[in-house]
Amino acid sequence: MSTPSELPAELDPVTSLVGFTAVLRGAGLAITSDRVSAFLRAVDALDVTDRKQTYWAGRFTLCADPEDLPRYDLAFDAWFTPHQGGGVVQRQRQPQPPKLASLLPSGREPAGEQAEEEGPQLRAAASGTEVLRHHDLAELTIAEREHLRQMIALLRPEPPRRSSRRRRPARRGEADPGRTLRAAMRTHGEVRELSRRHRSVRPRKLVLLVDVSGSMEPYADALLRFAHVVVRRAPTSTEVFTIGTRLTRITRELRQRDAERALGAASKAIPDWSGGTRLGEVVRAFVDRWGQRGAARRAVVVIFSDGWERGDTQLLGAQMERLSRLAHRLVWVNPHAGKTGYAPVQGGIVAALPFLDDLLAGHSLATLERLLKVVSDA
Amino acid sequence: MDDRPQAAPPDGPSSSPAALAEALRTTGYLADTGVATAAFLAIQMGRPLFCEGEPGTGKTALAQALAQVLGAELIRLQCHDGIDASQALYDWDFPRQLLHLRALEAAAEATRERMDVSAVEASLYEPRFLLARPILRALQTAPSVLLVDEVDRADDEFEAFLLEVLTEYAVSIPELGEVRAAEPPLVVLTSNRTREVHDALKRRCLYLWLDHPDIAREIEILHSRVPGVPDRLAAQVAAAVHKLRGTELLKPPGVAESLDWARALMLVGAKQLDVDAAAATLGAVLKYREDADRTLKGLDALLAS
Repeated sequence: MSTPSELPAELDPVTSLVGFTAVLRGAGLAITSDRVSAFLRAVDALDVTDRKQTYWAGRFTLCADPEDLPRYDLAFDAWFTPHQGGGVVQRQRQPQPPKLASLLPSGREPAGEQAEEEGPQLRAAASGTEVLRHHDLAELTIAEREHLRQMIALLRPEPPRRSSRRRRPARRGEADPGRTLRAAMRTHGEVRELSRRHRSVRPRKLVLLVDVSGSMEPYADALLRFAHVVVRRAPTSTEVFTIGTRLTRITRELRQRDAERALGAASKAIPDWSGGTRLGEVVRAFVDRWGQRGAARRAVVVIFSDGWERGDTQLLGAQMERLSRLAHRLVWVNPHAGKTGYAPVQGGIVAALPFLDDLLAGHSLATLERLLKVVSDA
Repeated sequence: MDDRPQAAPPDGPSSSPAALAEALRTTGYLADTGVATAAFLAIQMGRPLFCEGEPGTGKTALAQALAQVLGAELIRLQCHDGIDASQALYDWDFPRQLLHLRALEAAAEATRERMDVSAVEASLYEPRFLLARPILRALQTAPSVLLVDEVDRADDEFEAFLLEVLTEYAVSIPELGEVRAAEPPLVVLTSNRTREVHDALKRRCLYLWLDHPDIAREIEILHSRVPGVPDRLAAQVAAAVHKLRGTELLKPPGVAESLDWARALMLVGAKQLDVDAAAATLGAVLKYREDADRTLKGLDALLAS
């Protein structure tokens, strides 16, 4: 870098460029030190005084995902536009994300009632995990909910499996000419035993689509915790999206180890919390942007939704048909399906039903455990 | 930063992004500023270029054009599920080795000589028994462009392996020793985003996101890739494809599709894009029955300019 040394520090381009990367890190891009040094080298290879070239240098070295690009553009404008005042970047104002502890029927309980409930709550906690396993997730007390969170965190989901094209040495299976001959080399070309190889087993892709619309709100916290446990178990083969009025990918957020931090990040990422449902359009967005390209191909796709569709149910039906053609197994989990007197009459469910492999209940921990069984056996 | 001498001659194709764009243009690849700058940086910094984008936005074509510009051999590695080192790197030709061994034995028996075991072994692992797969070939060939196509189809283990090779530009073969590239190949990786590629691999690379071109550029591309296409036809095809991308299709057509369409229209002798010609050749652009059905209904509106 041809920086005259007499320049004061704040005019040194390196300081400014590195400062820019710090802003990007604040905006949520995965900036590592090797990316920063690649950025500086790229600027060096181009022309540091040319704003456009600096833009491209950063875009190629600091971004890693199309979702990064708009954030990068915003930060670049904020940092490199000649400013009036300090080099302070205005953080993009986002609507306050709702707290995820919204299992509580919000605002409907007066404070007095809560105090009265203290007694039964403790009894419920003492009554053992077995009862709680079958308890409806929407009708829990505070203590029960806390207990249930721990129980969800203790789930050990077994990821679904598929056989891979990659072959591994094995005792049985087809003959492995390479290894057989290599062994023969050691005995002067005498084949003493056939080495064999067999297809190895790999985790099958799993996609969770969680409805976070208003009608699903009582279940959202538990379902996202459930999703977190599943993602942590098989981070590279699991994808999680929330559906509502829009499609949001929260896989990255849920990959964090700590459940509270992961859920906090996820709730920040979801813009359409407790809104309406446009299942058809959102499922189409998923199939278009992710599913058809490969995320749903040969995958187990699980949709958590009560099937209340505000939009066109015909559209949903068509999209479910597409999805069922891509997926290995298509599972719909409906929290109301386990309740007595339930009949699949909601518009969305009716449209989707012909294309489902399974329609499962999902209102309690026991039903989620059953779901895990169905998924791992798929 | 480091003060390596810049390898490129002052007026060569890799002396500046603009010069590279111009050189790419002569091969028929029309690069915009972003693409040219990315390719320029990849050459200058010796970093792999990681191209992502919709299918049919010219990711593979970029590698081909770069190879042509640099006068380098294009070596392509198509990734697939379950690809492993013996398909990507090298393998020993075991049947030939065994035949060689038998031949040595027969010769020894005839001459009643004792075989020297270590000499026999050394002769078995000669380079002539080595089957070089694309990555090894790219390391041995200079200059070369290594195209790792659709890396998102390979699995995690392969990514880790690729990362190792792209960091060192060297592989070690236990029986022969290390093979190090005299001149590291220019590496272009492409991904269709069917799966998120590991961040460690992306960090090694320059990240280039490719979009569909705008109408004007698409017309230019049609002219350069489909020789003899009438101006009017090229403009109509570009406009129609552009409109199709705006409608909600299961598979929006890429540049590859619009090139196919223009070629198909020329083959059926259409001088311009009218309803009949479009209906007859729609299979070149739309690859889903649902898309074709919907488009056929609104064909008049699509072609009205």
